[in-house]
Amino acid sequence: MKQVNAVIVGAGAAGGIVAKELATAGLSVVLLERGKWYTANDCRKDDLRNQRTTVLGNAFGPEDEGNPRVWVDPRGEAHLALASEGSYQNDAACVGGGTLSYGAQAWRYMPQDFRMRSTYGAPQGSSLEDWPISYDDLEPFYEKAEWEIGVSGDYAGTPFHGPRRRDLPMPPLPPGREFALLEPAARRLGLHPFHIPMARNSIPYNGRGPCMRCRWCCGFACEVDAKNGSQNTVIPVALNTGNCELRTECMVKEILTDDRGRARGVAYFDERGHLQEQLSDLVVVSGCATESARLLLNSKSRLFPNGLGNRYDQVGRHLQGHHYTGAVGFFEQDTYDDIGPGATIAVTDYNHGTPGLCGGGMLANEFIRLPIHMVDRLPAATPRWGVGHKKAMRAWHKRTVVIMGPTQQIPTAEGRVTLDPDVRDKWGLPVVRFSGNVHPHTFEIGAVQAERAEAWLKETGAVSTTRMAGKPETVSAGQHQAGTCRMGNDPKGSVVNRFCQIHDVDNAFVIDSSVHVTNGGFNPALTIMALAYYASAELVRNWKGTGYRS
Amino acid sequence: MVGTERWPDGRMDEIAIHFYGSHPSQWELPMSLKAKDLLLTRRELVAGGVASSAVLAAGCGPAKLGDRESLTEGEARTLGVICDEIVPGDEFPSATQAGVLDYIDRQLARAYRRHRDAYTEGLEQAERLSRAKFGKTVAELGGAERLETVRAIERENGAFFELVRSHTMEGYYGSPRHGGNRDAVSWRMLGLEEPPVRGRAQFDLRKGSSS
Repeated sequence: MKQVNAVIVGAGAAGGIVAKELATAGLSVVLLERGKWYTANDCRKDDLRNQRTTVLGNAFGPEDEGNPRVWVDPRGEAHLALASEGSYQNDAACVGGGTLSYGAQAWRYMPQDFRMRSTYGAPQGSSLEDWPISYDDLEPFYEKAEWEIGVSGDYAGTPFHGPRRRDLPMPPLPPGREFALLEPAARRLGLHPFHIPMARNSIPYNGRGPCMRCRWCCGFACEVDAKNGSQNTVIPVALNTGNCELRTECMVKEILTDDRGRARGVAYFDERGHLQEQLSDLVVVSGCATESARLLLNSKSRLFPNGLGNRYDQVGRHLQGHHYTGAVGFFEQDTYDDIGPGATIAVTDYNHGTPGLCGGGMLANEFIRLPIHMVDRLPAATPRWGVGHKKAMRAWHKRTVVIMGPTQQIPTAEGRVTLDPDVRDKWGLPVVRFSGNVHPHTFEIGAVQAERAEAWLKETGAVSTTRMAGKPETVSAGQHQAGTCRMGNDPKGSVVNRFCQIHDVDNAFVIDSSVHVTNGGFNPALTIMALAYYASAELVRNWKGTGYRS
Repeated sequence: MVGTERWPDGRMDEIAIHFYGSHPSQWELPMSLKAKDLLLTRRELVAGGVASSAVLAAGCGPAKLGDRESLTEGEARTLGVICDEIVPGDEFPSATQAGVLDYIDRQLARAYRRHRDAYTEGLEQAERLSRAKFGKTVAELGGAERLETVRAIERENGAFFELVRSHTMEGYYGSPRHGGNRDAVSWRMLGLEEPPVRGRAQFDLRKGSSS
């Protein structure tokens, strides 16, 4: 197989952008994706089998069979997890990655989110740290992501976000009934509600039409292609340059290194299960936090006996996602208007600045609720089955509002990904093993956020409310997973430098949410995209024709 | 077709409305699968479930016994009683009337193969419970006896009950494509527009956004 300039592992939010940036700059690129490239024909509105409600399996990968993971409970007992189970912490496995089927909230993190330790100090038992880069470093690349991927919304209502040079390219979608109810109530509480930024077309953009406001959004692919992910924006651009080849259903086994400790390409199983080698000048790992860490740990060699980039036992640590809490409110009047995507209004007043709390999170109304989601979200006194439950479904389905949000997690070194010593996947590769748990202060913040959500619902006129603030026993990762290959200036406390370059391998990079030092109180997709543009720009700047010199 | 939509601020917007067929099975399913839905409807009839005369009139061929993918007829009878206590009939169909047995039967042969043994054991235990309590099979129980038996299952075999409860709710409130929620009865019950209106709220592009 012909040697190329760059191999990119993973065609998700970050990998697609890196492929586009490198291919456009003239590098020859092979983009490897373990999943498939789905089309409009795969956009089934199946509320039991999508990426959010997965009782009958994941719609966009991976499959339950042959892709196990292991998780360790607080008593130290190990359990197998199927890909469609919550404990698997799945994102997706397909071209576009999570961005094919996400809700598409496209948030910028706030300036404080990049310096959490300086702002709050590190709580005991945590590994809270500052990023080595700032909001200002990323700002031009946030803008680039907003315009190239396509974001609608309006930040004008909030005074809390960092400075920006340019508005969003598209206005928000018209407000729905929930927005109309929640907005004045938030103002009465002294909050600053505004339109959620969404990677979703509100007007024709990038050659595709606007959102048709259907019931099936978060967790589903968009059949009219109005939701913007890497699969319908940057990846087609990369392929159109003629410099990028996308190979799907290819599972990378390991990163190959030479005698001097430089990466020389990857070994992967192709779609027929045959082992192949793709040699390259650069290797970029963009497999998402869980699988990127696994690939580095599986890339063992004489010079890297514990895995690539893992000289100081940092790969896999500081795993985090978001701790979602909130409240359900029940109303006398109809609140449901059957107009998607549902989530429309947010407040970011609670992300920072509460004495005694290390951060907080954004609060927003929930994506549209399908009937199956209501089954276990009825008022507390409702019977769990029988005619009383059925009557409650009828009574409340159209009179319920959910406010919730992603509490920024306090990372720990013990919340981590390692390799399971026994379990192998269908390719014979050691699988991910999750261990550790969520820092207790994260639960404290989450509980306060749930009270705030409840207060907003009560001010809106809810006749009863139920708080949602669980304390899961497992690590938290899921679709917002981050933090396993921390970015930092000190090679002993991080895996990559401020340009996403692995500390002791100058031609290997990790560019995805793995490098997030902390994960903000927001959905992370736009930050992953901005980072990918940022790291690509540096990579291209240092590209010398046949190699990378920093 | 074009209609108008009134927004909360009172403004009227033109919207494009697209109808995609009158039955959920017409939305995305290829013809071959629609034919299969009819077959399963027939199975439901055989299993003692109730179907509307409209379905009968749809022209199913002769009914065939034992045509389930996973459950035996005996198991289906026992399970049907439990499902119909979880979602009983009232002015809207019960679980089995809405096709929940078809849903569970199909999934036990597919996505829920891993739960097959739990069903075998759980349903056997339900029969033992019923015989010990009332000296009858579950299917022979009267209304109050059924409720009492299902409550006993919930108490004494909680894990199995939760499994059946979840699967019954999925079959009743989930997508009709999997054999349950026949004719989207539960969605209609909740007042969701049926067929769903798509392409709604394409606000006037010349005016740009609301707000």
